[in-house]
Amino acid sequence: MSYRLGIDVGGTNTDAAVIDEHFRVIAKAKHPTTEDVTTGIYRVIEKVIKTGKVDPGHIEYAMLGTTHCTNAIVERKYLNKVMVVRIGKPATSAVKPLTGWPEDLKAAIGDHQYIVHGGHEFDGRRIAEINVEEIRGIAKDVKGRVNSVAITSVFSPVNNEHEQEALEILREELGDISYSLSHEIGSIGLIERENATVLNASVVDVAGKANKAFDDALSRIGIKAKKYFGQNDGTLMAIDYAMKYPVLTIACGPTNSIRGACFLTDQKEGLVVDVGGTTTDIGILNKGFPRQSTIAVEIGGVRTNFRMPDLLSIGLGGGTVIKTRNAGDFTIGPESVGSKITEKALIFGGSILTATDVAVKMGLADLGDKETTDLLNEDLASRAHKKMMTTLEEAIDKMKTEAADMPVILVGGGNILFSDKLNGASVVYKPKDCEVANAIGAAISQVSGEVEKVFNLSEISRDEALMQAKEKAVSEAIKAGADENTIEIVDVEDVPLAYLPGNATRVKVKAAGNLLTAGSTR
Amino acid sequence: MRKLTRQSIEDIAVGAAILGTGGGGDPYIGKLMALSAIEEYGPITLIDPEEIDDDDFIVPSAMMGAPTVLVEKVPSGEEIFKSFYALSNYMGKKIRATMPLEAGGVNSMVPLALAAKLGLPVVDADGMGRAFPELQMVTFSIIGVSATPMVISDEKGNSLVLNTISNKWTEDLARGATVTMGGAVMIALYPMSGNQLKDGGIKNIVTYAEEIGKALRTAKARNQSPVNAIKEITKGHLVFSGKITDIDRKTVGGFARGTAMIEGIDGWQGQSASLDFQNEHLVCRVNETVVVSVPDLITVHDLETGYPITTEGMRYGQRVLIMGMPCNEKWRTEKGLELVGPAYFGYGDIEFIPVEKRIGGN
Repeated sequence: MSYRLGIDVGGTNTDAAVIDEHFRVIAKAKHPTTEDVTTGIYRVIEKVIKTGKVDPGHIEYAMLGTTHCTNAIVERKYLNKVMVVRIGKPATSAVKPLTGWPEDLKAAIGDHQYIVHGGHEFDGRRIAEINVEEIRGIAKDVKGRVNSVAITSVFSPVNNEHEQEALEILREELGDISYSLSHEIGSIGLIERENATVLNASVVDVAGKANKAFDDALSRIGIKAKKYFGQNDGTLMAIDYAMKYPVLTIACGPTNSIRGACFLTDQKEGLVVDVGGTTTDIGILNKGFPRQSTIAVEIGGVRTNFRMPDLLSIGLGGGTVIKTRNAGDFTIGPESVGSKITEKALIFGGSILTATDVAVKMGLADLGDKETTDLLNEDLASRAHKKMMTTLEEAIDKMKTEAADMPVILVGGGNILFSDKLNGASVVYKPKDCEVANAIGAAISQVSGEVEKVFNLSEISRDEALMQAKEKAVSEAIKAGADENTIEIVDVEDVPLAYLPGNATRVKVKAAGNLLTAGSTR
Repeated sequence: MRKLTRQSIEDIAVGAAILGTGGGGDPYIGKLMALSAIEEYGPITLIDPEEIDDDDFIVPSAMMGAPTVLVEKVPSGEEIFKSFYALSNYMGKKIRATMPLEAGGVNSMVPLALAAKLGLPVVDADGMGRAFPELQMVTFSIIGVSATPMVISDEKGNSLVLNTISNKWTEDLARGATVTMGGAVMIALYPMSGNQLKDGGIKNIVTYAEEIGKALRTAKARNQSPVNAIKEITKGHLVFSGKITDIDRKTVGGFARGTAMIEGIDGWQGQSASLDFQNEHLVCRVNETVVVSVPDLITVHDLETGYPITTEGMRYGQRVLIMGMPCNEKWRTEKGLELVGPAYFGYGDIEFIPVEKRIGGN
């Protein structure tokens, strides 16, 4: 027997699911997300073990998709003091590091920033040499005042030698604190990549604490599993990797929902509608993975170039408050009772009319005390529900990539809000266990291997270069624990640096496969 | 004469992205440079061309090279300063003001950052009224202003003075130097008299960009659709609205060329449109009939927000709205069309017909 435990921390609830080696769902549970996040994780594991009568000893893998890092950045809490080093002088000084950052976030990480000589041209030539004494000097300047370092060099995705050299020098001076290198975190676009690297450096301790809390929760319950963190592209990071690149855990939640929806329905294409307590997120399932957004993503007010799922969020969830006015008028949201729904909604004995009450009145779900909705005016309920449906239909229409109707998969705890007669949907799925699709998404996550290399196309053909990179990515994925038979290339990025003469191209390939477990066959 | 505030710069950047007609580089880095510069040196003075004396000496400033290099190798801020002073020294004249050469894209911002630092005013005029890929493509070429003497500087401290026999030669030589110097350089060129500026320039273009940006920003508060706000200000025409179904890109001769296919929605259901681009949008066809072509402006907007989408930013599935806006009258003359008409971009078979004649009432 080999089980996997998937946990997903959402804004309203923390969800858990246990699946066996044949990917059957054995147990599931929900617990309100707690302010410290950690308690909610512990409680939900406890609950899923108890309700599913799962033997903790059989859990071989535990996957956590958590909002620890996102919350820390958004709330400016528990962040590291970061030394921001940019290597690019004499270039780049016109826009200083942390330009455009919210002042309170800058203050929270200490605002220690430096620009030093070095960096590369687009074709790999050096802008300037690294000046060892200059770097030693800035290290002495901040010693004792920072506990994390973010290093970004101009064109480091093309050539990372200066980031590596600076790392060596800084480590000699500052010792064994955390170091984040930009070429391992982002792609071309200095300011956005630097921002992402600084954010990464700022959540290193938070990630360490999250890991420890996860560890404690598991061991208190007697689970001795191999642990993974979920990342924003739907693949898993082993703990040591996650501790180095914690910022990649941001936005893993929506990705998990979309992956979970794909798994539960076996659909590879379609729209995934994740109905939470406060909002509903609509994403696109494309070849089994979320479609990525191409616009710059802001996190906590900072512009980054992360690849995030393309989502449309609407302020309508299970806890959304419906206010009635005179003459049968009403407004829906955006206010929500969130995780307090089990106390405040009419059907749970509360006094607030929520979207869930309307759904129960409309006979879409058998929840709570249905009789309490008798007081609710039938005509009002029907009009309110119609409005909810239209709101979703309009959002679905916005996200659709083609005029034809598409399959729609409803997941999340609030999936009961909507009926299966949705305009624009060719078919509506509400699969079994869909209320914990995100936790299932975490549990079934794949492991990946990634390679990034600059090839000189005067020595090797483009096809040959791509093939070499793919082979390397596959072997990295196997090293990370993927089952060879399931590995697929999930991302190929090929940036020719030849729009100006010179014949180099930077190839980035990611391969992902299912975790090799005792039950898989080689 | 008036002062430009932070808000003006934000608005100009949005307007400039629209005037970039899909190219011209994302004004984002330029905007950060301009904002940093006013933070350090104080506000920028914008002057009307009519406030310039006929024999005043004016020097436009710009960035040249690949915008993709600029977003990675951000300028030092010293390059443009060097180009500017080297040109002033070379010609032995005192500079009255700078100005943009290209009001579309990132080059709307470069002169602002320079002006803040030097305490010089910026003239409310440019030489394109939009974005174009080559430096001879300015209205000053029409009246015979020479692009040279021109100074090119990089962040490393190199600079170069060019004297050429034609503005096309300036483009070719400067392009080569740009690559050697690292792909993105700062230039001071088209030194001219106040008289030439008033005769050859496209006036009040900075204010125009600001008005476009402001209209878009405030549309919601005024209960106006973003699209109508832009239409009203630019006298633009709604050409098409639909979803991008295919984008074919290739890099030819250092330029990003390609075609995008769009399938109609709303009033265009069942119809299709295509966009040809070379950095900027060149030709828009609806049901295979040309509806807008260079030098008129073809702009692509997000259907919801009205914000512009660059040619690199276009992707499968986006819901967009295409507008056609009349270019400046100077471009519609015989000499103007010789420089930037459809034929120059390889469309010998397309006759330039103004957008308002092709489309009419929309």
